[in-house]
This record gives sequence, C-alpha cells and structure tokens, in this order.
Amino acid sequence: MSVLVFADHAEGKFKKIALELISYGKSVAKKAQSKLIVATINTDDDQELAQYGADKIVQIKDERLNNFSAKAFSDALAQVAKQENSDVILIDSNSNGKYLAPLLAVELNAGMASNVIAVPETIEPFVVKRMAFSSKGFVYSAINSEKKVICLAKNSFGLKEEKTNPEKISFVPALKDKDFDLKSISVEKTSGKVTIADADIVVSGGRGLKGPENWGLIEDLAEVLGAATACSKPVSDLGWRPHSEHVGQTGKPVSSNLYIAIGISGAIQHLAGVNSSKVKVVINTDPEAPFFKAADYGIVGDAFEVVPKLTEKLKAFKSNQ
Amino acid sequence: MKVLVCISHVPDTTSKINFSDNDTKFDANGVQFVINPYDEFALTRAMWLKEKQGATVTVLNVGNQTTEPTLRKALAIGADNAVRINAEPTDGFFVASQISVYAKNEHYDLILAGKESIDYNGGMVPGMLAQMLDMDFVNACIGFEVEGNSVKAIREIDGGKEVLEAKLPIVLAGQKGMVEEKDLRIPNMRGIMMARQKPLTVVEPSNESAKSDSTKYEKPQQKSACKIVDADNLDELISLLHNEAKVI
Repeated sequence: MSVLVFADHAEGKFKKIALELISYGKSVAKKAQSKLIVATINTDDDQELAQYGADKIVQIKDERLNNFSAKAFSDALAQVAKQENSDVILIDSNSNGKYLAPLLAVELNAGMASNVIAVPETIEPFVVKRMAFSSKGFVYSAINSEKKVICLAKNSFGLKEEKTNPEKISFVPALKDKDFDLKSISVEKTSGKVTIADADIVVSGGRGLKGPENWGLIEDLAEVLGAATACSKPVSDLGWRPHSEHVGQTGKPVSSNLYIAIGISGAIQHLAGVNSSKVKVVINTDPEAPFFKAADYGIVGDAFEVVPKLTEKLKAFKSNQ
Repeated sequence: MKVLVCISHVPDTTSKINFSDNDTKFDANGVQFVINPYDEFALTRAMWLKEKQGATVTVLNVGNQTTEPTLRKALAIGADNAVRINAEPTDGFFVASQISVYAKNEHYDLILAGKESIDYNGGMVPGMLAQMLDMDFVNACIGFEVEGNSVKAIREIDGGKEVLEAKLPIVLAGQKGMVEEKDLRIPNMRGIMMARQKPLTVVEPSNESAKSDSTKYEKPQQKSACKIVDADNLDELISLLHNEAKVI
C-alpha cells in the first residue's frame, strides 16, 4: 500500500503546486499509515521534494516524455502505480493534470474525485470533500474502488515542510507507439506574465473600467503585487480583454490567496468562479454592488482615483519590506 | 461524418443551490435546468459540421426521464437524433462507461462534450470515455478543424495554447472558443416544431456500477461582513491585508 504523487515540473523546476501536492500526499499517507512515493518525469534535480515528505522518489525516464502527452504520461504513471502498489494517486489541478487524470483513472480502473480540498475524512471508507456546483456547494464523495485518483484543488492545502531522506529509483516505462498518436505541432505561451493558474494574487477588472484603454490601471497594480490579471465576462465578451482572462463560472476558476475585483459588480456567475479565493477585496463606486456581500474588504470609490493611489502606496510598502 | 455530442442536464447558472434530506440530496425544487453551458459550445460547433461538412449529429444524455426537455432543446437547435441512456448519472466513471458501451457499436468519427459540467464539476467524462473507447482525446479544446481523416485541435494550457494533430476518431472536450458565445444557437420556432418529429431513443443502461457516491452536501459558510475601508485611508487596507489577512 502506498500513496503516489505525480510531481510535474516545468523546465526542471517544481512549481509550488507540485510541492503543495506532496505536502498533501504526506498527510494522506500518514492518515492511511502508508508511504509517500513521488513520481517525476525526466529530471534528477529533485532534492527539493525531500523537504516536503517524500519517502521514495521514482524517476520516470523516457526521452519521448520531454513533451507533455496526456496519454503517455498517464500510461507511465499507471505503470509506476502498479509497481509501487499505490492505491491513492494524487494529481495537481493544472491544465496538464486535469487532462491526464481521467485517463489514468481508466487505466487503473479507479474511481476519481477532482477539486478535492481536504485530507480524506476517513480512509475506510475513503471519503473526500470536494468543491462542486461551481463553488456554490461542497460534496463528500465516497470512493469505493480499490484504487483512487484524486485531483487536489490549488491552494487548498498549503505547504508543510517535513524533511526526509528518500530512496531514489529510476523507472523506464514500457510505452506504446499509440501513446504518441496525438502530435503536438506548436506551443504558444505568453512569456513573462503570471498565469491565473499559478498566481497567488489575481487583479481583475470589470466594465467599471469603461474601456480597454484603461487596463494600464489593472496591469500596474498587478505588477506591483506580482499578480495575474483577469477580467469579468462582459469585458471578455466586449473584446476588451482576451477570453483566456475571463474568470467566473464559465470562465477560469480562481483559487488564489488574494483576489482584487475592480469595477466588477459581482454577478452570481462571477462570484461562483472566484469564491474559492481566500481573501477578496472589492473596489466599486456602487456600495450596493453584490460583490460587497462576498468580499472581505471593500472600498467604495472610483477606481480611476483609488487604484493609482493604491498602486503607489503598495510600491512604497513593498520597497520597505 | 458521424458526430456524437454528449450533453449534461444542469441547474441554470443563476440557480441558488440547496440541499435536502438532511443535506444528503441535491434539492431540485424550483431549479431551472438547462444544457450544460460548456456542452452548448460543442453542440453549436457540431451544427457547423452538419451544415458545412454534411455530418450527422446525435446528442446523448445519461439521465432519467426529466432530462428529455433538455434533449428536445438540443434537437430544436439542430441535432438529428437523440439518445437517452436511462440511468441516474451517479458518477463520472459510471456515465463514461454507459456512453462507451453505447458508442462502441455506433462508430462515431468525432465525439464532442463540454470539458466539465457546472453542477458536479468533475471534468472526468470526456477523458474517461476516450480512454475506454481507445480514442485520442484533447481536453480544454478552444478550436478545431476536421479535414478528411485528420483533425487539428487547439487546447488551452496555463498561460497559452497548444496545437495538436491527430487522426479521427477522437474525443474533444470543449469550452468557449470552440465557438464564440455570440455564435451559440438558440432554438427557433421551426426548430422546436421539427424537434417533435425527430427520434429520441431511450436505451436501457448496461451493467456497470459507479465507483463513488455523493454521501453528503454542504453549503459554503456564510461570510462575515465585508470590512469597508475609507477610500482616503488606503494605508489601512494595506495594513489589513498584511497583518490581518496575511496575503501580501
């Protein structure tokens, strides 16, 4: 019996989301009184993983896995899970994790739960709490299969340091040609920008900003905070900002530590998508805007006056840190 | 080209979510049900394939009789026929198994679905279905083109996009971008009249069982009141975020 975490890296660097997943995995392993195994793909630079409780590191090695392939990754991970006799397999909620997890579940004939936000309530039966109804509710899901695939919601557990001295082994998976039928032609990434998925802080603008030409306000504030920028649905529908920035029920979900909503009234669909952010700040001229009911801190005021001042003050605050 | 569009029957986005029977059941009382918004993008895209590339389009739902109005709506939008697998959609694995057993004998070239449903947000069915049918799969698909036997699909990744190429058959899980919101079809009178004549087949479920149960529900805790900070006192906001909330 063991708990297996897939720690994904980007260009050799493990993101916070991978370390959080390992911290979570350690807690699950303790509760299940089993070991924590961490699988990595094509990297030896994994000392960091021993800071968060890995008992064993399985280094999957295959050149063909240098580019992401959901099918090939899930095939390789399924083989590791079988070799290590893992009954709980933990995957992150990044775009690649969400893509491969259902494939892995079928490979292992495993029940699956995504958007999981806490350590299992009980191990026998295996019951996890997950977010559902677009953050308008929670469901406890009891998984009855022998193997379980769990996707942890981002920022739901946090980092917990625990130094270990893991045993390391190399693993060469037996991959099929068919795993690579789907060919990646090109990858386009906006460089130098913090993505909504990775961000601890998100600064978001709504129709209250009156036009795309005013987005400098949002970007300046985001830059000071090292935050990602986002927008409400009307703003992306109007073409002021790209769809990839639309957050809300049918856009991207946000589960950052801090969400700052500027000129966003707070329609129920918008709130549903950002509800799982820990702390919410709203800046709006209308004190009756529904967002004030959902926020932790609010400022009633004109974004065009408040935001530049806030940006300046934060700049000063940051330089004194 | 045979296209299957899998649709979920979900509470409208404006619905208030409530639970009944001591928080062990979803309370459908007073809830308006609609086609899952993510599935709508897939359905409209399928209509383009029908109009421009002569595809036949089947819509499918796993659910009890109450979901039939949702399937009729999809027929009114333009699907050629509908299938309802007569079972409660207990969990993602179960739903994917049911669809895969049905689809195995139908030899679809393309299977489209939304990347997740807005009720349980599992995001499991399309990927599981592809794996069960041994078909390729692209998640979070924001656009695709089919030419002969080849398909080029774009998927959204964190901070960008990736273009992928494959052969049919394939499963694509869509979202906004597969078509734009302004392109979404709504049923017109003629469509609604025609939908009444179109076949809606009820298929009995195969002998698969679910791998999980929803045992209990919970609503988010009531937020404590929002602290209002004076617009002229931004230092206080910074201090609250730093010392109280500890997020900066």
